[in-house]
Amino acid sequence: MTVSIQISHDFGPFRLDTAFQAGPGLTALFGRSGSGKTTVINAVAGLLTPQQGNITVAGRVLFDSAAGINLPAHKRRVGYVFQDARLFPHMTVAQNLRYGKRFNHRPGPLPESEVIDMLGIGGLLSRRPTALSGGEKQRVAIGRALLSAPDILLLDEPLAALDATRKDEILPYLERLRDQARLPILYVSHAMTEVARLANTLVLLQDGTVRRAGPVTNLLSDPDLAPLIGLREAGSILTARVLAHHDDGLTELQTAGGHLHLPRLSAATGSTLRIRIPAHEVMLALTPPQGISALNVLPAVVDQIREGSGPGVLLRLATGPDYILARITRRSATALGLRPGTRCHAIVKSVSVAQGDVSGPDQSSA
Amino acid sequence: MDWLTPQEWAAVALSLRVALWATVGSLPLAILVALALARGTFPGKQLLNGLVHLPLILPPVVTGYLLLITFGKRAPVGAFLYDTFGLVLAFRWTGAALAAAIMAFPLMVRAIRLAIEAVDPKLEQAAATLGASRLMVFATVTLPLVLPGIIAGAILAFAKAMGEFGATITFVSNIPGQTQTLPSAIYAFLQVPGGEASALKLVGVSVALAMGALLASEALARRAAQKVQG
Repeated sequence: MTVSIQISHDFGPFRLDTAFQAGPGLTALFGRSGSGKTTVINAVAGLLTPQQGNITVAGRVLFDSAAGINLPAHKRRVGYVFQDARLFPHMTVAQNLRYGKRFNHRPGPLPESEVIDMLGIGGLLSRRPTALSGGEKQRVAIGRALLSAPDILLLDEPLAALDATRKDEILPYLERLRDQARLPILYVSHAMTEVARLANTLVLLQDGTVRRAGPVTNLLSDPDLAPLIGLREAGSILTARVLAHHDDGLTELQTAGGHLHLPRLSAATGSTLRIRIPAHEVMLALTPPQGISALNVLPAVVDQIREGSGPGVLLRLATGPDYILARITRRSATALGLRPGTRCHAIVKSVSVAQGDVSGPDQSSA
Repeated sequence: MDWLTPQEWAAVALSLRVALWATVGSLPLAILVALALARGTFPGKQLLNGLVHLPLILPPVVTGYLLLITFGKRAPVGAFLYDTFGLVLAFRWTGAALAAAIMAFPLMVRAIRLAIEAVDPKLEQAAATLGASRLMVFATVTLPLVLPGIIAGAILAFAKAMGEFGATITFVSNIPGQTQTLPSAIYAFLQVPGGEASALKLVGVSVALAMGALLASEALARRAAQKVQG
């Protein structure tokens, strides 16, 4: 594992006691505000010294309370992208980007020209930060962090301060970053849509402790974790391949559990996509539904049922090797006699495409 | 400069020299004190703050007298400086520079301190994560952002030093050509019959220098604010 974190710190009313490991790719730290997400990455960056624990990144011990090791922030080789960008106002964009190079001569994960291309900031180089939009500032901040030749990237809710349009503008850049930077990335967020779209690994934090950590697809299809994620946000992630674009304006996708039809996507035939099926957008039928307008019906087997305190139940359905989550009322579940092992049909009312190489509308109803 | 008599010109030149040395000499200490007051947490911080501001509220003649009994040739510090370095302050232009520096110090520290407080420490944190040591953070982020404030403070201090009168005349007297600064000269010309024309010319010089310094200081302070808010 490239990143190993085990820290505890007593803030008085709040106690952080966190341990997890992260591999390559993007690891999302997800939790409500006040769950300790930012505290964790501040500890990694050396902006906060935990009372006890150890932090190792790419084979280097950054902090070990038992061994008395506590590297200062400037020796930790972390690229930190702050929520508020924090560009230096007295420097141009180009000077901001090259700031980290003054202090080390290690080659970065990507050459400068590639970083500038990837983030689309070539036209901004001579500008001052005051003349940039919020989205442009964040892209420059990401470039500045990357060019300081870090061993790890830390992103603290980089989209939180932006409006919806700007968020959509930056998300594709973050996907490219995840796929091209070849660095472990710790990404703090409390927005499930971002996590579903970006994360490879998910660490769920609650009240300063790790509730669960693992591959994002597993955790999001676990009904036991849905209350933590938020019932409205609950939903599973599937990988789909674009099979064909049909003449009637629909795109056919292949998932392990069956085929789905969505309004035309711009992704090329043969490419793979990450799609997200919200739990409340799934209906169940015991027999193959007939005389119904819904196009997307997947044969499924009830795998797990979780009853909450409210009127709803959460079901995990196995569709082939994939799992999808469905949220229906307890009354319906009883009426249908659903229990683990029941064969049924999942009617998927809406699918959102959680991948950036789609230029069309992000949310599609089918 | 034939519109000024040699005595008048000597007073202007001496004032410029005194003010320049007072400003340049006290600037490094002023930056350190401003840093300590803006960022430091240490016991006695309020005492230091009070001490720095004391010359602003004490009657200047009191400051001058305190200087005399501390730095006079037979006074403890003065005797030490004379015996060790052969340095004499009392009744010399160097003493005038010391008096001017002390009187201008609160203004300089205040301007620099405000500029330091306007720098967002989050920017310094960001610089640290990019690999800058504390010294480099100061040199590449803090100092450039504070620089306009430092310049504004220095100009304000220079103007104050040019006009310092009470402490100067008490500490170093009013010897033409040696310790007679611009304000002392104006005072002296007003004491003799027919000196009003000379006094008026020097008043004009004084007003011009003070206005110029104030305008420059305001302009730089505005630039500093714009930059730091960036």
